[in-house]
Amino acid sequence: MGRYVIRRLLQMIPVFFGATLLIFLMVNVMGDPVAGLCGDRECDPATAARLRAEFGLDQPVWQQYATYMGNVFSGDFGTAFNGQRVTELMAGAFPVTIRLTLVAIVFEIVIGISLGVLTGLRRGRPVDTGVLLMTLVVISIPTFVTGLLLQLLLGVKWGLVKPAVSSAATVDELLVPGLVLASVSLAYVTRLTRTSVAENSRADYVRTAVAKGLPRRRVVSRHLLRNSLIPVVTFIGTDVGALMGGAIVTERIFNIHGVGYQLYQGILRQSSQTVVGFVTVLVLVFLLANLLVDILYAVLDPRIRYA
Amino acid sequence: MTIIDKTADVPAPRGSTENSGPLLDVRDLHVEFKTRDGVVKAVNGVNYSVSAGETLAVLGESGSGKSVTAQAIMGILDMPPGRIPQGEILFRGEDMLTMGYEERRKIRGQKIAMIFQDALSSLNPVLTVGYQLAEMFRVHQGLSKKDAKAKAIDLMDRVRIPAAKERVNDYPHQFSGGMRQRIMIAMALALEPDLIIADEPTTALDVTVQAQVMDLLAELQREYNMGLILITHDLGVVADVADKIAVMYAGRIVETAPVHELYKRPAHPYTRGLLDSIPRLDQKGQELYAIKGLPPNLLKIPTGCAFNPRCPKAQDICRTDVPPLLSVTERDGGELPGRHSACHFWKEQIHG
Repeated sequence: MGRYVIRRLLQMIPVFFGATLLIFLMVNVMGDPVAGLCGDRECDPATAARLRAEFGLDQPVWQQYATYMGNVFSGDFGTAFNGQRVTELMAGAFPVTIRLTLVAIVFEIVIGISLGVLTGLRRGRPVDTGVLLMTLVVISIPTFVTGLLLQLLLGVKWGLVKPAVSSAATVDELLVPGLVLASVSLAYVTRLTRTSVAENSRADYVRTAVAKGLPRRRVVSRHLLRNSLIPVVTFIGTDVGALMGGAIVTERIFNIHGVGYQLYQGILRQSSQTVVGFVTVLVLVFLLANLLVDILYAVLDPRIRYA
Repeated sequence: MTIIDKTADVPAPRGSTENSGPLLDVRDLHVEFKTRDGVVKAVNGVNYSVSAGETLAVLGESGSGKSVTAQAIMGILDMPPGRIPQGEILFRGEDMLTMGYEERRKIRGQKIAMIFQDALSSLNPVLTVGYQLAEMFRVHQGLSKKDAKAKAIDLMDRVRIPAAKERVNDYPHQFSGGMRQRIMIAMALALEPDLIIADEPTTALDVTVQAQVMDLLAELQREYNMGLILITHDLGVVADVADKIAVMYAGRIVETAPVHELYKRPAHPYTRGLLDSIPRLDQKGQELYAIKGLPPNLLKIPTGCAFNPRCPKAQDICRTDVPPLLSVTERDGGELPGRHSACHFWKEQIHG
């Protein structure tokens, strides 16, 4: 197991460099970063040249990349064009997004798995059909529609929640955005759990557990669920990475100053330092989440052994 | 394989003071499954009984309803689509089909236990064998985790799993096929039930291991004086361990007999066919006998005797009248205890 983890960590190094290089090149293709600095007006050529020299943009791309990576390893993600350090932006944004992701994951686990187990055990019944239909609706409606709709109804019309999240972004403020962010994955978790439970409930070992005279509750919780949740855990694990980076729409709607918001601003203002820095960290999060899922897999299923 | 002489005096069944009838009595059991294509009649009026210390072998092709009957007894049929429209399953004189869920659950595992065919898929892959064995004691007897585990190790010793103490925390996939089946047996034996139903316990094993497992099962059965229902399609296994045989075809019992008499003088053409299809050393080089045709479609069981389309001796009456399960007698009318046949022409079959 230890050797497996080390090997996986080593494998991350080329993936990390490849991913960052790609992002770096893509940001460079995006256009002249200096152009965005002067707002809508065209920059004065002298100012533009000065800025280019200041940020090292007059050097060839590979050299820019090397300098950037060197800085990254010394903990310096550079400066955004508005003068704030990218690390400062991260320190502000990541805690908010992590809170939002946690809220979303909790929704996925609690609601998604409960609904999945419920429908999986009662497949073909009205509950099952109803929930399946609902998941289909949730999956097919884009997040910005559900987000705006909930904001309008709960926040503006009925006044149950504040329509916009304050800069503190406390957990109770994040409940509605978290639900919106989780909605699509939640529907997938429900469907995945349902299929898995339905399939496993016909398995021989479940029949054995019933034949042993175990109470129904125990049959479901100890024998059926343990086996059925293996694919679900995999999905939720990889979803952590996706939720962290994919909250752009939700964070925009509810005015949450998290990773998605900063990325959006970065792209809008062509602040390559911000974009590359944030995406680099997200790549790392994704890789670690994947590793965690693989390790968890071996914990849940003893037939899987890593050497 | 050893032949166990069960005619020797059998000790009185445990707890038999309250009633002296058979341990399990299945009466006119019907089971059907609703499917998209219609109603599948899997079991159509099965009657059999088992007493303590007795072994009943239920013989039949795939789809003859032998496993479904067993599952109905255990109460582990999938309902729906399964349905029991008719019949009684008396355990110690009480009809289990009218009992509540909790009452039946308490019988399962404690009084009646089941051994399944494929031990690999029948054991939970993500739980240790120790946990799965100990679960029986924890749930039914409320033992602590530690005591239950100690009991699980004892059980593994009983079924002769080497190094039980070291292996108790292993997972099912880490055991060989024979050892896994021993664990299944241990699980069934855990609470010393009155009756064990073994659904093709040796089918998934290779021949040498088959013999070991059957010997073990027979030995433990004798020791605990349990009733045993052995479901199988292997005539070789049956001859060694069973006391009596019930042959099933298309959801009905077509013949019952004490084990050795059935081999000597079958009273049903289907049984005859089964016996003739056993490969014999002295007929080496000759073509193997096989019963012609296919098992009947349970959606559309033939009228009259279900076996008539495949029967070499079928007459007109066989295509119209369902033969009842009649007592079989000697040529002179002398009684043959325990012998029944559901054939219009049993006389010709047994005496002809």
